[in-house]
Amino acid sequence: MVALRAADLQVRAGEVHALMGANGAGKSTLVKMLTGVLRPDGGSISIRGTPRRFRSPLAARQAGLVSVYQDPALVPDLTIAQNLRLARTPPDVVRQWLGRFGFSALDFATAVRELPLPTLRLIDLARALAAEPDILLLDEITAALPPDLAEHVYAAARQWRSLGRSVIFISHRLAEIAALCDRATVLRDGVTVGVVEPAQGGEERIVALMLGAPPEAAARAGIAAAAAPSGPPALEVQALRCGEKLRDVSFALRAGEVLGLAALEGQGQEELFDCLAGLRRPDAGAILAAGAPQHFHHPADAIRAGLVLVPADRVRALLPQRSVHENIALPLVRRLRDWGGLPMRAERARVAEAVRRLQIDTRAAAEVKRLSGGNQQKVVIARWLACGFRTLLCFDPTRGIDIGTKRQIYALLRELAASGAAVLLFTSELSEIPLACDRVAVLFGGRIVAGMPAAGADEATLLRAAHGLRARAEAPA
Amino acid sequence: MTLAAFLRERSLLVLALLLALLVGIITVVRPGTVTPDWIANTLLFAVPLGLMAGGETLLLLAGGIDLSVASVASGAAYLLSSNAAPLGTTLAVLLGLAAGLLVGLLNGVGVAIFRVQPLVMTLGTGLMAQGALVVYSQKIIGQEQLVPRAVATLGSGKFAGLVPYALFLWLPLALLLILGLRRSGFGRLLYAVGDNEAACRLSGVRVWRVLLAAYAACGLLAAVAGIVLVGTTNAADLSLANVYLLPAIAAAIIGGTSIFGGRGGYGGTIVGALFLTVLDSLLTLLNAPEPVKQMLYGGVILALAAAYTRLTD
Amino acid sequence: MTRPGRLLRRHAALLVMPMLVALFLAATVAIHPAFGAFDVQSLALGALPLALAAAAQTVVVLSGGIDLSVGSLMAVANVVAARTMQHAGFGQSLGLAALIVLGGAASGAVNGAVLVASRVPDVVVTLAAGFIWGGIALLILEQPGGGAPDAFLNLGAGTLFDGLVPNALVLLIVVVAAIWLPVRSSRLGLTLYAIGSDRTAAFRSGVAVERTRFLAYVVGGVFSAVGGLALTMTTGIGSPLAGTYYTLSGLAAVVVGGVSLTGGRGGMTGPMFAAYILTLIPTDLIFLNIDPNFGQVIQGTLIVLVVMGGGLATLLRQRP
Repeated sequence: MVALRAADLQVRAGEVHALMGANGAGKSTLVKMLTGVLRPDGGSISIRGTPRRFRSPLAARQAGLVSVYQDPALVPDLTIAQNLRLARTPPDVVRQWLGRFGFSALDFATAVRELPLPTLRLIDLARALAAEPDILLLDEITAALPPDLAEHVYAAARQWRSLGRSVIFISHRLAEIAALCDRATVLRDGVTVGVVEPAQGGEERIVALMLGAPPEAAARAGIAAAAAPSGPPALEVQALRCGEKLRDVSFALRAGEVLGLAALEGQGQEELFDCLAGLRRPDAGAILAAGAPQHFHHPADAIRAGLVLVPADRVRALLPQRSVHENIALPLVRRLRDWGGLPMRAERARVAEAVRRLQIDTRAAAEVKRLSGGNQQKVVIARWLACGFRTLLCFDPTRGIDIGTKRQIYALLRELAASGAAVLLFTSELSEIPLACDRVAVLFGGRIVAGMPAAGADEATLLRAAHGLRARAEAPA
Repeated sequence: MTLAAFLRERSLLVLALLLALLVGIITVVRPGTVTPDWIANTLLFAVPLGLMAGGETLLLLAGGIDLSVASVASGAAYLLSSNAAPLGTTLAVLLGLAAGLLVGLLNGVGVAIFRVQPLVMTLGTGLMAQGALVVYSQKIIGQEQLVPRAVATLGSGKFAGLVPYALFLWLPLALLLILGLRRSGFGRLLYAVGDNEAACRLSGVRVWRVLLAAYAACGLLAAVAGIVLVGTTNAADLSLANVYLLPAIAAAIIGGTSIFGGRGGYGGTIVGALFLTVLDSLLTLLNAPEPVKQMLYGGVILALAAAYTRLTD
Repeated sequence: MTRPGRLLRRHAALLVMPMLVALFLAATVAIHPAFGAFDVQSLALGALPLALAAAAQTVVVLSGGIDLSVGSLMAVANVVAARTMQHAGFGQSLGLAALIVLGGAASGAVNGAVLVASRVPDVVVTLAAGFIWGGIALLILEQPGGGAPDAFLNLGAGTLFDGLVPNALVLLIVVVAAIWLPVRSSRLGLTLYAIGSDRTAAFRSGVAVERTRFLAYVVGGVFSAVGGLALTMTTGIGSPLAGTYYTLSGLAAVVVGGVSLTGGRGGMTGPMFAAYILTLIPTDLIFLNIDPNFGQVIQGTLIVLVVMGGGLATLLRQRP
């Protein structure tokens, strides 16, 4: 899979430069190359005009490029002081920075394990600043950071700019990018599609660039609208709360309906799907399947209630070394009473039917790990076709999948809905929501902030709502 | 087809050829050695190893390992021989099997429910079993040790003077294991759990049940192996099966069962067990000292584990 | 969390383990009032090889690995010492001991290099390596035998300060401190804990992960070799089959001594105390007229209970 094809990024001295792109646009791959975790297949990286090749994070650091990640690079069992020694950072400078962030009382003999995540991010930031990098790379560190602490991050970035150095700032929050960044480079499908100045009303251009070409209007043609659903909802969620991210979510999903869910990364959608699939227990709220309240202790309980999950990460769902047949038939042997002899003929028929409906390419059927990403995802869906279900939970099922297979998957979702299934579809590709969904709900900060019919949900509206901005009266051209 | 792919697809064939090569070397080095009698004896010696390796195969497939099999086999043999006189053959055999099942279940509870690393758990239970056995042996000092005739026949007798009776036990069990791994839900789940536990969970499989049953089965197979072994040696001692621990794991790995789980089968393990048995008899013919054998085993495991790691990357 | 509370938790092993040792010693004296200076001496001597095996294992486990070849490496050092020192003078024997320790470092380096180069998991490599080293030990000395000059053997015997402090204990403290303190206080010690705790974070902080893994096995090899020498001291001979016992018991001491088997957490002192406890158990059983073979059962049970307890704690933490 090619994550990055032609990414250009030029950062000037004395600027805060935003790096933007939808999920899967290639941001994280670019960051890994910049910081020496991955080596590029082609192209070059230069700092102050000198071409550089990093073999490790250490080499990148020595060349003057230091990164701060969403999950801090601090070793949990060491103290703060030890972590500073590990990265060869002078503690006094770190202490000065932390003082400016409002953490002057922090005891450096504290084990990192005992500190909350936001504090750790700021320690990591202070450590990076103390290394005096020419280029400071901040990778989504403001995500889920309280506003007062995020303010310290902005202040540090501005100060770095005033010293004539550079900051690469990655974030999903358009508002903070407009306020902080001088320029923004936008990536789409692994290619740099534009460089924008966000301050002067560039927000709309960024949104337009991230979206790419306008979606084909006729794409949904030929897909019959589902019959108006009636009866009790196949799935009802009431005031669901789980952990820090999922705060309060309620919705109902009827049989024969595809409900789209739009959200940026980390708005609580993972927790929502985990709760519905029996992988996590909610802290509060209720889940009702066909009107009956459910308490899932294990995915087996959710499957029995008719809720089945297609996760984003195919690697998580597949048996890479086993055949297509065994992967599809896995849920068929999930119960104790299936441990005996296998009904090979019946099983083969069910698997063959699922393979046929999904048009899975079975030329490399002996080991699923040798299938293409699209075919792997079809295998995961085929598993549930063979097993039977009432509600299909699809978490970003088309991530990293070619356009043809995407179409097939969306057509299948429509077809399933038409035959009476309910589908909940989270996708990070907003342009595709109108292709597959009847309705769409937008999740932001662990709550549903907007809901609308999918037909009227153009991407600009969705993207704005997903960024926590109020929907505007008229959509831009 | 690349060489790597060929070796991956046909590893069993390659191994069988290696086995034939070994037999060939023996006929060259010591002409006249390979007779029907020699073949029968080789098969007989391979039975306890093959049974213990069967248990390890189940566990390796499921991503586990059991280091207590040798202690369990010795224990079952010792329990059998020291209780045969007072309890009678049937009960004594059942007692030995029950001990194996018990240790296997204990391993299973630790690994499947308490999520202890299999290696450490089975090291601990192996120590416990071995220690308990020593204590037990001193408690019953003076009691008559007896290997019942039926067990001795099983372990050393030959039908019509040619076919070892042990094969009549091993063949059906081997068939059961091979078919069970391919054609039963439990077999399917062993591979699945070893390949990706998270995927099993997502598909509604309760992984702990599979692991618990696998460890119990391994304990039981080790006990059966111990009983056959005591029939062969006709006398139980406390470290009877200890030399089989590494070969049991080695047989499975040589036979193409992945140490990381999810790939392999009992067919390969059988060839692996035969390979090690023939290698052993070749080394004995060549008067190779015990330590050299031990080093060779270690080297073979290491080389094959490294080779499989590269082939499957 | 308050500072004392945090200190208490972080150094729980340091507080609990001496108390446990004291408790076991008190129990021993209660069971066997004649327990005196001589018994303390033999206890310290008996615990010496086990403590060093535990030290070797601790270094590797802290770095996130596991070494199942510790006992076999000890056996190699033990038989090499017994063969070469048999007719040597005291001075010569010290020179030989130094060479053997160097050899231990080299053997550990071999383990580490194979491990890093082959990408096969620690467990498999060291299991196989254990059998290879064990075979080498048998090749060097087929039957228990050999010896060492009395002056060398007596290094661990006797006491200091009017019989209060056994020499074997002093020897243990000196040796472990001489090897471990420089490592612990250097950058290597820091990176060792770091890769055991979180390899990704350590890598991102600029740690050379593979090199650190390799060095952990080298330090482990040094401890194993010293452990082999201690085995020569306590038994007076070389025995090629001592291997498995010290692999397993050393691991037991590590687990009982509060070192996390997932790496990164724990210290060197806990396992040292645990080695004394594990040595006291069979002694107490002898005094109680219970079969000392129960000692093995108790060790096994102790390992199983400790790791199961750890597993249970993890389970409870995951399910709030």
